[in-house]
Amino acid sequence: MAEVEGAETPIGPTEPQSRHIVYCGVCSLPPEYCEFGGTVKKCQDWLQSIHPDLYNRIWSADALEAATSSLSVEARKRAEKDAHKKALKAEAAEAKQAATIASSKVIIKRVERNKRKFVTAVSGLEAFGLDNKKVAKDFGKKFATGSSVTKIPSGGEEIVVQGDVSDEIEEFLLENYKVIPEDNIELVESKVKKGSGSG
Amino acid sequence: MFKKDISPGSKSKVKSSVQRSLRTQLTTTYPLLAPHIDEIVPKKEQLDAMKIPDRVTLYLIGSTPLFYQHMTDLLLPHLRLVHRFPTCFPSIRIDRGAIRFVLSGATLMAPGLTSAGGRLPTGNSEETRKYGETAVEGEGFYGGRELEPGEPVVVCAEGKVEACAVGLLSMGTKEVKEKGKGPVVEDAHYLGDGLWKLALGD
Repeated sequence: MAEVEGAETPIGPTEPQSRHIVYCGVCSLPPEYCEFGGTVKKCQDWLQSIHPDLYNRIWSADALEAATSSLSVEARKRAEKDAHKKALKAEAAEAKQAATIASSKVIIKRVERNKRKFVTAVSGLEAFGLDNKKVAKDFGKKFATGSSVTKIPSGGEEIVVQGDVSDEIEEFLLENYKVIPEDNIELVESKVKKGSGSG
Repeated sequence: MFKKDISPGSKSKVKSSVQRSLRTQLTTTYPLLAPHIDEIVPKKEQLDAMKIPDRVTLYLIGSTPLFYQHMTDLLLPHLRLVHRFPTCFPSIRIDRGAIRFVLSGATLMAPGLTSAGGRLPTGNSEETRKYGETAVEGEGFYGGRELEPGEPVVVCAEGKVEACAVGLLSMGTKEVKEKGKGPVVEDAHYLGDGLWKLALGD
C-alpha cells in the first residue's frame, strides 16, 4: 500500500514556484517581524498604506492577543521594555543622521591646473550617503570627461572632474540626488585661481 | 557571524565547473531542494560569488542572494532563499519569548526549543511528510528524523510564518530534548543582521 502511494505522488511538485514575499519597506524584515525591529510605528504606517490586508492580519487585536497571551506577565514586561529601548535607539540614530545631513555641506571647488585650464573638485558627498565612486562615474558619463576619486591630504576623498563644470555639477546634483538640499551646496572659486586670473 | 553591517565586496563570476559542483553539493546537503534546483540555480545562469568579511563567500545570481559559505564549510541558505522555499530545509521552531534574543544575534539556547512554543523533530524517522506541512494538531511539521550536531537548520518562530534564522546545530536535537539547556545554534544568520541588510543592488 505504501509503495503504491509512493508511486502515485511525484518526488517533487511538478511546478515548483518560489513564494513571493513582501518585505517591510521601512525595516526590510518580513512584516510579521517588524515588532522586533525598533521602528514599529513607522512599519505599521507603511504596511497599512501599502498592504492593508496584511496589516489587518498581523496587527489586528486578535492576533496581538494570541501572540502575547502565551508569555508570562513578567516576560511580557521585559519584552516591552526592551522594545521601547530599541525604539529609542533607532530614533536617536535617525535624529543624528538628520543632524549630520543638515550640518554638512557639499563643496564644489574650481581649481586651476595650468593657467587657463581647470579641474573641479567635489567633496562632502559621503555625508549624504552617496558613494563617491558611483557619483564619479555618473559625472564622467554626464560631462564626458575624466572623473576620478582621489584621496586628499587632509584625509577623506574627493571627486576630481576635468574641466570647469562647477555650475553644471551643482545643477546635476540637485536634479539627480534629491537627498542634498540646495542650501547645502557650496561653490568655491579657489583663491589661487583669482590671483592667476588677474595676473 | 554577521552582527556588524557588511559593505558589499567585489563580485566575481563563478566558473561553470565550480557552479556544477555547487549544484551537486546543494542537492546532497539539502535533498529536499533537489526538485527546485533548476529554479534556484538555473544551468544557464551565471552565478556570482561575493567575498564578505570573515572568509565568507556569498553566492548570488544577479542581485538575488542564494547561499553563503564560511571557508569550505557547508553551504547555508540565505534567509531570502529560505523564505522562497520554506519547506526545503530541516527546521526547528522557537517559542515567542526567544525571538527577540535571536533577532539581536544571541546564541539560540535549548529552553527556547523545549518549551511549549518550541518544536523539534519528532524523532520518528519513519515520517516522510514535508516540512511545514500541516500536521494533525494544526501545527507545522518539524521533521521526523533527529538532526545531528553540525547539520544546517532553519529556525522558525512561534506564531510566525517566515523563518527568522539559519545556522549550524552545535547540539543534536536528541540531546537538546534530553538536556534541555545549553547552546543549540551558534553564530547564526538572522533577520536584520549584516548579511540580511547587505545591499546587493547594482
